[in-house]
Amino acid sequence: MARVTLDNISHSYHANPSRDADYVLKNINLSWIDGGAYALLGPSGCGKSTLLNIVSGLLIPTKGQVRFDENDVTRFPPEQRNIAQVFQFPVIYDTLTVFDNLAFPLRNLGLPENSILKRVTEIATMLELESDLSRRSASLAADKKQKISMGRGLVREDVNIIMFDEPLTVIDPELKWKLRSKLKELHQEIKVTMVYVTHDQTEALTFADQVVVMQDGEVIQVGKPEDLFERPLHTFVGHFIGSPGMNILPCDVKDNIALFFGYKLQLEGPILKSTGHCEIGIRPEFIRFGTEGIPAIVQRASDIGQHTLVQTVVNNITVNVIIKGPPPDPGAEVQLCFDPAKTRLYIDRRIATERLQ
Amino acid sequence: MSLELKNVTKVVGVETHIYQTTIKFKPSGFNVLLGATNAGKSTLIKLLAGFEKPTSGQVIFDGNDVTGINPQKRNISLVHQFFINYPHMTVYDNIASPLRVARIAQSEIHKRVHETAELLQLEKFLERRPPELSGGQQQRTALARAIVKQSKVILLDEPLANLDYKLREELREQLPNILEQRGTVVIYATTEPTEALLLGGSTALLHEGRVVQFGPTSKIYHAPNNLIASRVFSDPPINFALVSKCGDYIQLDDLVWPITGSLNSLKDDRYIVAIRPHHITPNRMAEFCVSLKGKVQITELSGSESIAHFTLGDRSWVSQAPGIHQYSVGEEYEFFFDPEQCFYFHESGSHVIEEVADG
Amino acid sequence: MKTQNQRAWIFVLPVLLLVAFNALIPLMTVINYSVQETFGNNQFFWAGLRWFEDILRSERFHAALGRQVLFTITILLIEIPLGVIIALSMPRQGIGVSLCLVLMALPLLIPWNVVGAMWNIFTLPQIGLLGWVMNSLLGISYNMTVSPVAAWITIIVMDVWHWTSLVVLLAYAGLISIPEAYYQAARIDGASNWAVFRYIQLPKMKKVLTIAILLRFMDSFNIYTEPFVLTGGGPGNSTTLLSIDLVKVALGQFDLGPAAAMSLIYFVITLAVSWLFYTLMAKDEQ
Repeated sequence: MARVTLDNISHSYHANPSRDADYVLKNINLSWIDGGAYALLGPSGCGKSTLLNIVSGLLIPTKGQVRFDENDVTRFPPEQRNIAQVFQFPVIYDTLTVFDNLAFPLRNLGLPENSILKRVTEIATMLELESDLSRRSASLAADKKQKISMGRGLVREDVNIIMFDEPLTVIDPELKWKLRSKLKELHQEIKVTMVYVTHDQTEALTFADQVVVMQDGEVIQVGKPEDLFERPLHTFVGHFIGSPGMNILPCDVKDNIALFFGYKLQLEGPILKSTGHCEIGIRPEFIRFGTEGIPAIVQRASDIGQHTLVQTVVNNITVNVIIKGPPPDPGAEVQLCFDPAKTRLYIDRRIATERLQ
Repeated sequence: MSLELKNVTKVVGVETHIYQTTIKFKPSGFNVLLGATNAGKSTLIKLLAGFEKPTSGQVIFDGNDVTGINPQKRNISLVHQFFINYPHMTVYDNIASPLRVARIAQSEIHKRVHETAELLQLEKFLERRPPELSGGQQQRTALARAIVKQSKVILLDEPLANLDYKLREELREQLPNILEQRGTVVIYATTEPTEALLLGGSTALLHEGRVVQFGPTSKIYHAPNNLIASRVFSDPPINFALVSKCGDYIQLDDLVWPITGSLNSLKDDRYIVAIRPHHITPNRMAEFCVSLKGKVQITELSGSESIAHFTLGDRSWVSQAPGIHQYSVGEEYEFFFDPEQCFYFHESGSHVIEEVADG
Repeated sequence: MKTQNQRAWIFVLPVLLLVAFNALIPLMTVINYSVQETFGNNQFFWAGLRWFEDILRSERFHAALGRQVLFTITILLIEIPLGVIIALSMPRQGIGVSLCLVLMALPLLIPWNVVGAMWNIFTLPQIGLLGWVMNSLLGISYNMTVSPVAAWITIIVMDVWHWTSLVVLLAYAGLISIPEAYYQAARIDGASNWAVFRYIQLPKMKKVLTIAILLRFMDSFNIYTEPFVLTGGGPGNSTTLLSIDLVKVALGQFDLGPAAAMSLIYFVITLAVSWLFYTLMAKDEQ
């Protein structure tokens, strides 16, 4: 168990990186406290898996330091770091039984059989694998195989950190829910640091206490799920989190007033700066249909069960709105009312309004 | 164009992959096949495409029995979960390939490839080769190849499954616009209930080789006609419990609530109640609500929604509510549900009110 | 469905004809010969199962079969582990890969009789490189035309040299198909190199190794050209393997009947062992 610190990590797959573009990770500084649940969230190619491999020791970063507590482990191989990792596709030892699979890391440590038996049974019970212990693991379904992969990470009591690299990719939605909740439950029981890498915002937000949003090798925002959703500091975070993401709308700022196609918009608070490329960010959840708002035309409405997603158009710009109740007909004219407390101005993609307390 | 399966079954060895199925797909809009892995979605697609021959029954295109006809002769297009393109050809040649096979004039090919590329936002990449493209662009190329043929039926087998969440969202939003007005029958297999809802159209719910319900997507979501259908079409998984009806009341352990409307005529018996997670909320959503006092075990926040897994007695429930609710694990909270929003099923799984299956 | 099926038959027909000319018709002839006796002049007499009985009882056949089994088992015991070891030590990426693959493929490209002739010259006591080094430089008496042990060692070394690369290439194909995540997981689980081999590499190579063992079994059981060119079955009968013996009977003595019966017995053994081996491996798979 340890606190994990990533100090100014940069990484390039080129032997002699010269340009900024050669780097897949750029000056990453992160600190993970012991026992926390973290997520690295970003699109393919953002560098999240590279970062994970640097923590696990499968890669040595070009620059920077990885510390477990005060120890510099940057150049330690994985087997010396006491870590566990669960991969995208279940990695199991086909010829072994479920029990032997779970016991594998413990046997490698040379633990006595009776303590292995005790620990494996304990973990198998938590994962609801007790009845499969004597079965050949090759014959199991994908979700059980992935449980075994997870189990092999959880079974060691000395691990500093467990990392999950998109572990639910091959799992059906219903089982995804169950495994995710199971993981959360396990985290509550075994207080070990867990880092979860994914491109799926739902998985990241539901699992983690702190989410690290990455893009193009950089950390864009670190925050609690509710903060990332409520008040993204960058338009990328607004777009990437939420389904559909935040509406990012063109706007002009004149005399400290934001204008969207000439309509004055009330913002969450005063504007901090006024030069640069201005955009308005408002989530579909915080727009409603009213009588005194911005006129728009309904293009498409889909009933998605618990709410209705309406695509409207204002001067060729699509604005998504989420409403309760029956969907309006396509072509209908509506007026959009933005919740002022949730309407924010972004200049050069970064937030430029201050929140009034 | 009409497309139907008549009394089709598929048995491989001792395993039945498809039980007797008769279904007439909607000629316009999406026909979504929704079900878990191995529910039979891919088998149905293969039967429609002609890669597999049904053990019994007929596949009918436009009134003609095509059961034994080769895929090449069926005038269909197929898009797979994996991005299947010719890696050594440019995007242009990839899109043009089905037209070249059909020996269409060069000028016509040029016109149609560019039209399709424009529709799928691929104009910029026409001279590149698939390995140089992102996953989303590769899958768009595969889609373009399927569309450019102007075939009568387009089969999509989990086309977005291997894409990033956000790319999936983007392409899913575009797909209906791209496919809907082409006069083709669109069959779309997915494991995700949300995807079915977003695509709209009609949905066939599949479970272990059977079509358990087929009808307009939002209609069957709001009115599942059996227990299995309610489970298949629910994300997160639906809550259900065994209850008994006694006179004018429904009883679930210590909870009692009055029955509503059309249920009055039911005889006193045991039933299964199913409640969607978003109908169990920490605040009252209707005037009369049943209260559940539960101990929260796990909490999850998905941005705009808060999810709580709580236990009451030895039952587990899941609540999914809009907004941010801070629950402390281990504490007791009060949740509410509106009995009007519940589904009731016989113990056999069928709906208490027999509905005529639509479609 | 009907039209489709018929057309499929037309496509299969050329292959069928080829197989008929190549295998079925010769096989029928062999079966025909095996139950007949001939004294030349195209005169044939019915012999029934006599040849089979004679051969199965003859010491000469037992000895040849014994030598054949010893040879096949020895080369399998050497080539399979050696092939796996070489495959494991080959690079997985970089320019070394193509270099190794080409080197490995070289022995496989050499015609069989050339292999025999090469080794024949190579081992000549006075002028062959190996023969000279052994006899004149190291002072070890090595002459395979005189010593049966030397002859055996030579044909085994030759076969290993010629065919181990096939096992290497197959095993290598199996190895590179293992996703990187397996190795990473094993490192993280603290697995030793032996554990990685035992629980990841070997299980993942099992299918290709089954094919390698089958191919090497069948090929070595049929081996003729190389030992014939190299030793001609000698000294004495010490390296007379089954097929060499068969040719001696058929062409040397022109006993077509017994030779046909021998080749059928021989064919049945190969078929039975291959089938048994394959079923056992396939059964283990489930």
